[in-house]
Amino acid sequence: MQNLIIQMSTIVKRFYIGEPNELEVLHGIDLTVEKGEFLSIVGVSGSGKTTLMNIIGALDRATEGSYILNNTVIEEAEDEELSAIRNRQVGFVFQNFNLIPRTNALKNVELPMMYAGVNQRRRTERAKELLAMVGMEERMNHRPNELSGGEKQRVAIARAMANDPAIILADEPTGSLDSKTGRLVMDLFHQLNREQGKTIILITHNSELAGETGRILTMHDGLLFDEQEVTRHEPG
Amino acid sequence: MNLGENIRLAWEGLKANKMRALLTMLGIIIGISSVIGILTVGSGLSGSVTGSLSSLGAGNITIALQEREDEHPAMGPFGSLHNIDPTNLITDEMIGALSDRFGDAIVGVSLAEDAGSGQAKLEGRYANVSLVGVNTGYLDVNTIKLVKGRGFFNRDIEGMRNGVLVSDKLVNNLFGGDAASALGQELIVYLDDEILAFNIIGVYEYEVSPVMGLTTSSERDIYTSLYLPVTTAKKLGGAESGYTSFTITAAGSTDSIALATQAEDFMNRYYANNPDYRVTAMSMESLLESVNAVMGAISIALSLIAGISLVVGGIGVMNIMLVSVTERTREIGTRKALGATNSNIRGQFIVESMIICLIGGVIGIIFGAILGYIGSLLVGMVALPSLSSIALSVGFSLAIGIFFGYYPANKAALLDPIEALRYE
Repeated sequence: MQNLIIQMSTIVKRFYIGEPNELEVLHGIDLTVEKGEFLSIVGVSGSGKTTLMNIIGALDRATEGSYILNNTVIEEAEDEELSAIRNRQVGFVFQNFNLIPRTNALKNVELPMMYAGVNQRRRTERAKELLAMVGMEERMNHRPNELSGGEKQRVAIARAMANDPAIILADEPTGSLDSKTGRLVMDLFHQLNREQGKTIILITHNSELAGETGRILTMHDGLLFDEQEVTRHEPG
Repeated sequence: MNLGENIRLAWEGLKANKMRALLTMLGIIIGISSVIGILTVGSGLSGSVTGSLSSLGAGNITIALQEREDEHPAMGPFGSLHNIDPTNLITDEMIGALSDRFGDAIVGVSLAEDAGSGQAKLEGRYANVSLVGVNTGYLDVNTIKLVKGRGFFNRDIEGMRNGVLVSDKLVNNLFGGDAASALGQELIVYLDDEILAFNIIGVYEYEVSPVMGLTTSSERDIYTSLYLPVTTAKKLGGAESGYTSFTITAAGSTDSIALATQAEDFMNRYYANNPDYRVTAMSMESLLESVNAVMGAISIALSLIAGISLVVGGIGVMNIMLVSVTERTREIGTRKALGATNSNIRGQFIVESMIICLIGGVIGIIFGAILGYIGSLLVGMVALPSLSSIALSVGFSLAIGIFFGYYPANKAALLDPIEALRYE
């Protein structure tokens, strides 16, 4: 129980598109994740992966079901609490990096700490450590448009680590990268998982990358299956 | 997340779009500089008018006879009451009693008797003069500056002597500007029906009075006052035993407006049973106050009109902030994903709009001060914007920033992070 970081049961998500129509994207997801796991969620586009990730990352709320993230009951939390959870418990890594274009790498990494109220000196210190960890200390004064895709993603990973979150949620982190830089990013995730014990959830449609993780879950038409289950339901 | 962080964020946002920020500020710059400019010129103008009026003596109270059916008081020494019966005039005894009654509150009593006007001639040259009979207190009360010679002493008044004070303008016209050589000279003055001879004992500095300065006569032909002892003037005028008006000066510490009312009541006791005349007192200070009030009202009204441009500027700020929020939708989504609360986002955009307005306001104050300086130079009294108008402008700029920044900032704050992250 102490080791469980995510406990989801029967999560349902519906979108209302005009009065009579509602679109149910998630049909009842059960998911438990232990601390220190590196797991991947695979599935084709439109299967509901990103919707599930938004709910896991407390960016969105489930329509039904219960979700406990690191001992916090998400459905009971106020919006302000959700902001704080995203800030401290979750580190997002996006496919298209989402760095703030006007500021340099260092300031981008400092951003989550700024919202957490860390003072300027401590913030800069930690941001430099993190950039050194991802091998970007040489380029910390460059703006995102002066960085290559792989460099941007490394900055984004450093930013995700800023407040030492409980989980890292990576949505297609290598989707915009060539295979060589994608490899570098994946190695970084392995390193974080191995050396710092970070829980990492990788969302991808690349089964090769998914194969590197400890557990593979498959999203199919709004339902989540273990690898074994998938093979059982869809033989061949 | 404190104000300093917000200012830094906002500053980065503005730097990214310098030209746009500057154009947005233009509305605020124009609005604030016109308000500041108008207020400054207004204070210069009112300073110039009150300065001229004060030079006539701010503590002066003019007490004048007034016909009961006529509501316009005989103003000052040149007011004329025609065909007045000498028994109605203000007497030396009344003035003496007034001085005794108010004692230290009155520091000077000035008597003036109009004795007609004419031309002083010397060796074919001429100068126009108005003859004014005055007492010893007149020069002090009316702050007349002597440049050469002396003023009047009691012996001049009591002896009905014929020593006179002339203006430096008259000296220019008749003596080629040499005041020293004019002293002791005989001055022949031609009136309508008589020719008088005086002896110049002093020269005073002629000042264009704000009221008299508007006459159309040429510089050469301006009538300047020729001061002679009041007793001498009376002898010339036919030995009338009183005055139509006189001026007293209140001591610096005295409320001259209150003193005017008290003096009027005191003097009117002599006229309680007079069917034709009564006395009115008017203090220069109350005149100054009403002039200032009118000037103040005019400049405030003008600045309000100029202030309309500030509202237009504010709408410009709101417009550009809405554009900015739309442009930065993804950034807002990212910030929210990284833990920014709604109020963090709102604060960031409100501070940005406040900074646009504040910088615009400061530039506007500088331009307004320059405009106001030039404008007030033209009205003759150099003025700089007052601290209060600067403080007001800064405050008003910030208020515009908050007011017109709130709606766009709130729109940003309430964006759904998922929608915002998906925005292309």
